[in-house]
Amino acid sequence: MGRLLDNLAVMLGRAPRKPAFLTPAAQREFARQNSKEGKADRKRRIAEEREENYRSHFWRNWRWISIVVINLLFVLSYRADIQLVEGALTASRFVGFHMADVNSALQVMLAYKHVVINLVIGTSTVVFIWWLVGGRSFCAWACPYHLLGEWAEMLHLWLARRGLAKDHQFHRGLRTALYVVFAALAVVTGYTVFEVISPVGILSRAFTYGASLALIWVGVLLLIEVFYSRRFWCRYICPIGMTYGFVGATAPVTVTYDLANCLHEGKCRDVCMVPHVLEMTKIGYADDVRINIGADCTRCGMCVEVCPSKALTFDIKGLNKLL
Amino acid sequence: MSFFDRLFERDGKKLKSEERRRLLRSAVAAGVFTGLSMLGFIPIVRRWRERLRPPGAIAEHEFLAACIKCGQCVQVCPVQAIHLADIDEGYGIGTPFLDARKQGCDFSCDAVQCVLACPTGALSHDISAKEQVRMGVARLAGPDRCLARQGRGFKGAARGEHSNILHRYMSVNRWKPIELAEHPYDLELCDLCVRECPINGAITLEKLTDDASDKRRTPVVHQSCVGCGFCETICPAEPAAIVVDARAVWPAQQGA
Repeated sequence: MGRLLDNLAVMLGRAPRKPAFLTPAAQREFARQNSKEGKADRKRRIAEEREENYRSHFWRNWRWISIVVINLLFVLSYRADIQLVEGALTASRFVGFHMADVNSALQVMLAYKHVVINLVIGTSTVVFIWWLVGGRSFCAWACPYHLLGEWAEMLHLWLARRGLAKDHQFHRGLRTALYVVFAALAVVTGYTVFEVISPVGILSRAFTYGASLALIWVGVLLLIEVFYSRRFWCRYICPIGMTYGFVGATAPVTVTYDLANCLHEGKCRDVCMVPHVLEMTKIGYADDVRINIGADCTRCGMCVEVCPSKALTFDIKGLNKLL
Repeated sequence: MSFFDRLFERDGKKLKSEERRRLLRSAVAAGVFTGLSMLGFIPIVRRWRERLRPPGAIAEHEFLAACIKCGQCVQVCPVQAIHLADIDEGYGIGTPFLDARKQGCDFSCDAVQCVLACPTGALSHDISAKEQVRMGVARLAGPDRCLARQGRGFKGAARGEHSNILHRYMSVNRWKPIELAEHPYDLELCDLCVRECPINGAITLEKLTDDASDKRRTPVVHQSCVGCGFCETICPAEPAAIVVDARAVWPAQQGA
């Protein structure tokens, strides 16, 4: 429970803290790592892995396929009339069943001030599915803007390496503040204010119903991410991501950290879109030997791919006990 | 290192000033994004466009709130009359509308499919028959252009050979709308708006004078008009002699 609240607080913007207490197991592990043999062992393993220069794109490839397929299903349902998922990411029918994006449904109900029964049905299904697979996995595995954002990020990092762009960081509380602002604006004005700047809805509609002027706005956001601030929208603005963060706070599918395997090189934090969830990978920051990564994690698997020593792996909570 | 970074860097104080700038930047971003999202008000308040909404649309303010901008209504329309608004319509972004001149609603789906498709009730589910719909009211906007008022007939495709406007003709195919271009007319007196009106008795042609030899007639819109806009779609005059006033309610400004 304490861990859950801590995860949520970090998602809302609080800086991750160095734990005050370590479990005996964690204490023993750190003692081992800090012993003379432990240090020598770590040094040797780091040298080995640097030589091997291991890097996989296994999860990324599946993820990109997932994003493309999900969005293509929407497009083809209309364009090729296969009628599988009709609508847009904001709301749709999946073979006749109502589905609704949790955040869009929330904005509509706040603005409209009615509990729309179809949206309740639609979001319950969606909440359950995304809770099962990890909440913000929506971001990494379904959101079309995430894919564009990833490409913009690659470009940004390429430019940054050449000194042509610099990452300007923001306080992560910005997203929380805007979350409250958009919810309040919906209630006060009676309009779904956030939709007008949401690149997710804009993209999803543009794919299915044709290009729109609104795509210029998406372009502007991507330019900000390429030249000014890495993953700006997803990190600091998007309320959809935060809504799904809450959904997945107790999700069974997680990325799990294994202290004993960790070489504390920080490669995972370098590739991560939300590196504050990987704070425990710093020396002395893990309070236990196995920790599930927090609510803000998008389950994108980049850390899993980049970790040379399998300290970070995908896990399904409780499955190990069952098997 | 950029000029600004060098400007702000002082031994030992760098971190603190960086932190301060990060907070300042975040506050500015919060303001900018709140402000940008509020720009959506402008087209609403200025009423740049009074849009013709699909059948069953609830009052405009509630409609903009309730619509989840998914376009499911677009997908079910057999005559592809529904389009989604762009970002220049502010909070109307992604909401459905019809352009009656390009393609009005002719209810060829029979059961108001768009209403059934709507997940939120922005298109009210209380509507079950086309006669209950109230999208607007038709109005004879250009009486001088009306062929019937000039006593003239009409021959050929209603909106030209190249239009791809769709309409269902019960006599041709009850289940599939065809293009107007494939269905030319040969009328002694143009009565297209009356003939193709999907609602019985919503428009009639009335005599202009008591003179029996006077062929001229004028279209008269009645209270049963639902504002589907198909009279505006099919009117062969350019621009249309009869138009639909979106969101107008009876009694409308008739006899203009």
